Amino acid sequence: MDILQVENVSKAYASHLALDDVSLSVPEGQVYGLLGPNGAGKTTLIRIINHITAPDSGIVMFDGHRMTQDDVEMIGYLPEERGLYKKMKVGEQAVFFARLKGLSKADAVRELRRWFERFDILGWWDKKVEELSKGMAQKVQFIVTVLHRPKLLIFDEPFSGFDPINANLLKEEILKLRDEGSTIIFSTHNMNSVEEICDNITLINKSRNILSGNVEELRRRFFADRYDLTFAGDGRLLMERLLPFAGEFKILDPDSRGRSRISFHVTEGSKPDAVRRVLAEANDAVNVVGFGESIASMNDIFIRAVEEDSANR
Amino acid sequence: MSKSKIGIVIEREYLERVKKKSFIFTTLLMPLLMLLLMALPALLMTFVDKSETTVLVVDNSHKIDTRLKSTDEVRFIPVPDITLDSALRRDDASAVLMIPDNVFDSRRPSLKLYTSEPSSMITESAVTSQINKIIEDERLRHYDIADLDKIMAEVESNVALSTLRIDDEEEEEAISSGLSYAIGIGMSFVLYMFLLIYGQMVMTSIIEEKGNRVLEVVVTSVKPAQLMMGKILGVALVAVTQMVLWGVLLAAMSAYLLPALLPAEAMADIAAVQAGNLDAVGDVESIEVIQALASLSQVGNIVSLVGLMTIFLVLGFLMYSSIFAAVGSAVDNIQDASQLTSFAVFPIIFGLIFAMVAAADPTGPVAFWASIFPLTSPMVMVARIPFGIPSWEIWLSLGLLVIGFLGSVWMAGKIYRVGIFMYGKKPSVKEIIRWIRY
Repeated sequence: MDILQVENVSKAYASHLALDDVSLSVPEGQVYGLLGPNGAGKTTLIRIINHITAPDSGIVMFDGHRMTQDDVEMIGYLPEERGLYKKMKVGEQAVFFARLKGLSKADAVRELRRWFERFDILGWWDKKVEELSKGMAQKVQFIVTVLHRPKLLIFDEPFSGFDPINANLLKEEILKLRDEGSTIIFSTHNMNSVEEICDNITLINKSRNILSGNVEELRRRFFADRYDLTFAGDGRLLMERLLPFAGEFKILDPDSRGRSRISFHVTEGSKPDAVRRVLAEANDAVNVVGFGESIASMNDIFIRAVEEDSANR
Repeated sequence: MSKSKIGIVIEREYLERVKKKSFIFTTLLMPLLMLLLMALPALLMTFVDKSETTVLVVDNSHKIDTRLKSTDEVRFIPVPDITLDSALRRDDASAVLMIPDNVFDSRRPSLKLYTSEPSSMITESAVTSQINKIIEDERLRHYDIADLDKIMAEVESNVALSTLRIDDEEEEEAISSGLSYAIGIGMSFVLYMFLLIYGQMVMTSIIEEKGNRVLEVVVTSVKPAQLMMGKILGVALVAVTQMVLWGVLLAAMSAYLLPALLPAEAMADIAAVQAGNLDAVGDVESIEVIQALASLSQVGNIVSLVGLMTIFLVLGFLMYSSIFAAVGSAVDNIQDASQLTSFAVFPIIFGLIFAMVAAADPTGPVAFWASIFPLTSPMVMVARIPFGIPSWEIWLSLGLLVIGFLGSVWMAGKIYRVGIFMYGKKPSVKEIIRWIRY
């Protein structure tokens, strides 16, 4: 079941085309990555979902029906540039936002206190926002965004400005929200975090959707028939042993010395035999520590996909 | 649902401002300052009156000097059989009055007052009026009329002009046109300041909100137009709070503080004027001042004036602040706003200028039309109200103002919706007009 479906959405501004026939489906209960270079059109898409702007053509479906203004209230949105009133006290401000999102004052205070405690920032309740560090303000903002338990959460660069400890805390909270049933759209440039938390992604480049799919699948498909072998021992010996079978597979970057890992690409048609042969030779020559299919990093995928797409236009 | 959300926004906007120290400070201190400014002339007057001028009277005929009566202001000391030179040399007096021997015979007797300091109007008028009366009495006596003293006492007149205006309720109110003028100008100036200061407050706070992206956070729960209206209404409430507090403080102060501040004698006069009895007022010259103070210390007057002013303030504010809001939403920083704010600032300034014209000629065509036209009517109408104008004009003006405010809010909402999410380049007026048509 898809909670959000974007169908053939286009949006043009006076000077440029921001979105060109973009479609994507966000399955319920997943973390969905919305990726793309700067200026690709991600923010425009988020704004269309949030009903800040209307698309020129195409529709947005929410929970099986055409999305309306009322549905927008089911969304929690954490924008890239954080929005808090600088002169207002943290607690008061959080209560204000929570009430706008439909919580009663008493509920808001109770829920907020719980969250503040969990994030270890209860002491900041009476501080003004301008006294807070960037990371602290972001914690407050995160809490405000998720407090009313929205069905759909949209996070735009949620980790920027966080130290590794707090980033980890946030990551765990995001996954917990997912496990509790929220769907999360996650827009970021940090590909490591995409690998860690996203189930599916869409990559937008120059206003078009150029790549969509499951993260694991994409990463495997990207390096099809490529394997990694990790070992301890004499690398040169291994190379010599493998040399006679060079027609069946290709060792990537054969020159590097003192290695403890080789990657090789198996030529079409000789797959099972070639893999078995490499493993056998390696077992003889060196001490094999690990062996498996190569998995591309999201970083590789991002760069390759964007470059190829840009070259083709 | 959405109604209560506007309520939450209004609540925040209101409390944030009212809790500020600067707000509390100005709200409490301004009326005191205003009252002081208004009461100052009267206060100074009473102090000036107290200082007494001593006048040596050199009258060799002895027909006048014995009959001059010393008053609070002027003390006459007859110094018989002395030359002018020796009188001038005495230092126990600040002036020497020289009365010629032929004072009763000449058509225009010439008296001379020698002073060492600048002579005051009060001294001069005390001298001439008393001597005129003495001479007149003396001349009348020559006709040998029976019961002359009785006749004179009956004939004596002491006129003071008190303008009584009859308004719709057929009630008489003692207000001089000079006082109406002062109150009218004062009220339009207060309105002018409120519109400018609070209007720009709306603008800067919208620019700030746009800058710190608060809007993007709340946009999933509140519509932009609701946020704009919430802000405008919240700030309007702050303005009304300040206005009402000032009204209450002024009324309270003039009821309790003014009596304490002014000498008892002046208070008696004020009470007399309030009771519509001018005869009781001792001094004709100070009647204007006494009247002014009388109407100031009439609590009812202040309440009705402040009430009408508040209505015009609110409607005018709603109209103007939505223009300010539209400008604020269209720009990224306050520097870019200056050119666009002229759309709101110029009409307000023109309003004040027309208000001055209107206060000088409250029934003229300029006054009438400027007090009907929505962009200038708040300032101009409050300048006319103290003079007492037909209530249909007030109603017409209010009606048009409501239409003007609805129109400008509608337009501002359209501009705001687009402008608030536009970052970067400052939009031209042409672009903004296109946003309205969206």
